[in-house]
Amino acid sequence: MKEFWGYKRPEGRCGVRNHVLILPTCACASESCRIVASQLRGAVNIIFNTGCSDVAANTALSQRVLTGFALNPNVFGVVIIGLGCETVPHQQLREKIAAQTGKPVVSFGIQEQGGTLKTIEQALRAGRELCAQAALQHRELCPISDLLLGIECGGSDATSGLAANPAVGELSDLLIDLGASTMMSESIEWIGAEHVLAKRAATAQLHDEIIRICQRYEEHLKAAGQDCRAGQPTPGNKAGGLSTIDEKSLGCIKKGGTRPIVEVLEQAVRPSKQGAVVMDTAGYDISSVTSMVAGGCNAVIFTTGRGTPTGNALVPVLKVTANEHTYSWMSDNLDVDLSGIIRGELTVKGAGELLLETLGEVINGRQTKAECYGFSDVAVDHVCRFV
Amino acid sequence: MSVKALVLAARDNVATLTAPAAAGDKVTCLGERQLEVTCLQDIRIWHKVALEDLSEGALVYKYGEVIGKTKTGIAAGGVVDHENIYSIPRDYASELTGGAA
Repeated sequence: MKEFWGYKRPEGRCGVRNHVLILPTCACASESCRIVASQLRGAVNIIFNTGCSDVAANTALSQRVLTGFALNPNVFGVVIIGLGCETVPHQQLREKIAAQTGKPVVSFGIQEQGGTLKTIEQALRAGRELCAQAALQHRELCPISDLLLGIECGGSDATSGLAANPAVGELSDLLIDLGASTMMSESIEWIGAEHVLAKRAATAQLHDEIIRICQRYEEHLKAAGQDCRAGQPTPGNKAGGLSTIDEKSLGCIKKGGTRPIVEVLEQAVRPSKQGAVVMDTAGYDISSVTSMVAGGCNAVIFTTGRGTPTGNALVPVLKVTANEHTYSWMSDNLDVDLSGIIRGELTVKGAGELLLETLGEVINGRQTKAECYGFSDVAVDHVCRFV
Repeated sequence: MSVKALVLAARDNVATLTAPAAAGDKVTCLGERQLEVTCLQDIRIWHKVALEDLSEGALVYKYGEVIGKTKTGIAAGGVVDHENIYSIPRDYASELTGGAA
């Protein structure tokens, strides 16, 4: 797999989807965005829980998420809806995005337009035009180096670390060798395995950055009165046979494979290097995927043991499990069954090849189950209370 | 009845059950250590069984790495889970190589 059929963008990576994004600047505009997207075939929206009454550090992150979503390669064009009194108004967000892309970006303000109905009307007309233009764009052959795969796990049980994560690790190695890039995150789930993960760092500086991220994460939670070992593993993890954060982490990091880590990123920041990169995000899967998609991932693979319906509006989320019961019980939500590894019928290497083939179909256009249902989960991480 | 369990590294002193086991069941370990233990109690699928007698404060190994320390003694064939092992706090300073930040 050297190439895939994708959507060329004026700048940066190619997309594997061609969505028109209806983007709120703040929570107050989220519902209007939902209504606009529901009227437009080819459009997606996100529900945003912040954008107002935030400390500067939260605003910086939520702005990175909003601009990152708009700049994501899977987005053809953007219709922004703002309120008018939020921290960063729609004109400012639009200009910030337009300065970094040649994509069409338009914006409207609810207070300025005179209420939701008038805003929805304007946004719908603009969105209709963008959807019509997007429908004219054809898929073209794009180099596999344009693929940036986000690697996530959620609702883990013991099968995740035994089979599904090693299989995804194998997939990551195959992709890196083909010239694509992969991104693993969830730094709280490096704790207890950070010494193993850090061995993959390409430089001593990156090695120490991985260790320091874990140290800072523990200190951050301590400052809020939380012992990271009290919240991790989660009750579901424990019921699934994971006893300590160390055991969970040692299984988690297997999904990143074995190739050198060439960059360590803050949340929702785009990589500047090709290859295997890691991002410092929460272990909360929805928030981690949000930050990786804002960081430019154009597809996500997601391992689970307990089962989850989650999906993302902008990127296909390909869900895999090695838990035989979970796959059969929740097959409406899961895309690939890797339980053959546990039964000894499928090797980890064979599973990696199977995932490469399936992922190939997905990036060429086959919808994942979460995508068919139109699922759009977003959670923006925050460092402090609202003000 | 015999139940299969997976051992991931030669150093490991626990195995992960791939089916539920009842007290008295034989657990056949596959993977990096091949041995058999008898379950001392009912153990849920995907949970861990001790492969040898673990004293209180013993290190528990899975993936060839430490996953925690025992809170109490655990006999071979006993369950090893979040109730009887705990995570050891990290010593991050000792892990740094001195690579410039």
